[in-house]
Amino acid sequence: MIKTVFILSLLITGAQANAQDSSLLKMLDDSIAAVKKSVPVTGTFKGTKIIDLQSVEAPAKHVLNFMIQHRFGTINQGAYNLFGLDNATMRFGFDYGLTNTLSIGVGRSTFEKMFDGYLKYKLIRQTEDNAVPVTADIVGGLYYNSLKYDSKPYLNSKYRTAYSAELLIARKFSRNLSLQLTPVWIHNNLVATTADKNNLFALGMAGRLKITRRFSLTAEYNYLPSGQVNSSKVYNSFSAGVDIETGGHVFQLHVTNSQGMVDPVFIAQTTGSWGDGNIYFGFNVSRAFNVGKKPKQF
Amino acid sequence: MCAAGRTQLYLTTNGFAGFYSKTPLEDIKAENNQVFAVVDVPKKSLAFSMLLNAFVFPKELMQEHFNENYVESDKYPKATFTGAFTDDVDLSKGQETTVHVNGTLTLHGVSKPVTTTATLHLTGGVLTGTAIFQLVPGDFNIAIPGLVKDKIASKIDVHITVNCKPRNK
Repeated sequence: MIKTVFILSLLITGAQANAQDSSLLKMLDDSIAAVKKSVPVTGTFKGTKIIDLQSVEAPAKHVLNFMIQHRFGTINQGAYNLFGLDNATMRFGFDYGLTNTLSIGVGRSTFEKMFDGYLKYKLIRQTEDNAVPVTADIVGGLYYNSLKYDSKPYLNSKYRTAYSAELLIARKFSRNLSLQLTPVWIHNNLVATTADKNNLFALGMAGRLKITRRFSLTAEYNYLPSGQVNSSKVYNSFSAGVDIETGGHVFQLHVTNSQGMVDPVFIAQTTGSWGDGNIYFGFNVSRAFNVGKKPKQF
Repeated sequence: MCAAGRTQLYLTTNGFAGFYSKTPLEDIKAENNQVFAVVDVPKKSLAFSMLLNAFVFPKELMQEHFNENYVESDKYPKATFTGAFTDDVDLSKGQETTVHVNGTLTLHGVSKPVTTTATLHLTGGVLTGTAIFQLVPGDFNIAIPGLVKDKIASKIDVHITVNCKPRNK
């Protein structure tokens, strides 16, 4: 009997509570809506590189990101070279988040035995309420060609060095679509002939289309206006690929007409053309490691 | 139901919610210190609401995966709970009282009934509530891929602590 009364009273309180639940929750919703406004957008891109181009993403504070990039030979080499798989160039690099807005990276490419280093700084972050409509980073890069030229002893470190500066502007338009626009300035201390410009300007365009939660399509086009590199025939770099994410790894598989993986090379020294089948299959694999001990705080 | 019609609201905007997943391979924790909660003591009803992207993980990448791949916080930004406690309590004695809470938890677009015990304690005008319960990610349509299945516990421990102040009418 007592039990029945208890259950009955329980039901009554339950019903009563339900009637009021919605009003209590609504009260909270009003205050939560006010908080939600300035939350920064995350996951504009999966990797710190879209394909060759730097993305607005950077490792968080005290996160070390290790990336291996491979470009095989051109597919039009035919079956004898297994469609380019017999020849490969690679770059490996480390990125490290000094703070949540500043990261530093170093890398080494087999092409021209080139060392590279860069600093990436996050200027603004896109917010959920679009008060800030885009994320913007600035990247400064330094490149050093360490290849031995026995016949050219005059090639000192000044001549072997190139610089770059980039402004990365990206917007995550929806949960699936992100686009990035990147004006690039490259300065080569040494160019092949006097017909070539030391200062090069280019515009990178890139995008990501998310297909599932862990799989997306990517594409990138780097437009190098003509009249800047004249001593050799160069093409604009175009790459397309997929991003596959599994836990701490990001796998990026792509096809591209650029074999180089650092800005002065893939932007200004892309000699392969898609039309001639000078297409390289390649991949980037990255892995994030937490090296800081302190948990991240807001 | 002598208390019907009377309300006494206790509110907070910086309550705590944490969840903990323990497996031999990896321990995962995430904590949110921006939990909104309201308790109506005479009516025995309560509600919680929190933004999922306010959960802080020790690893930034986990936080991104949590929001992007698991709870999809862009689509379902909030987790909410509405319910009632079902025992008569006399908080005026200033003692910690254990109550039974029944309610509905909404997460990732799925609403499920949740039953748990909680404690209520009124001291110095501040109502402190705590609860510990378990959730199964699969119940809320949160898929865990096979590759990381061994790293995420099948039952996640949830801890709630709120210190609510009376609302001035």
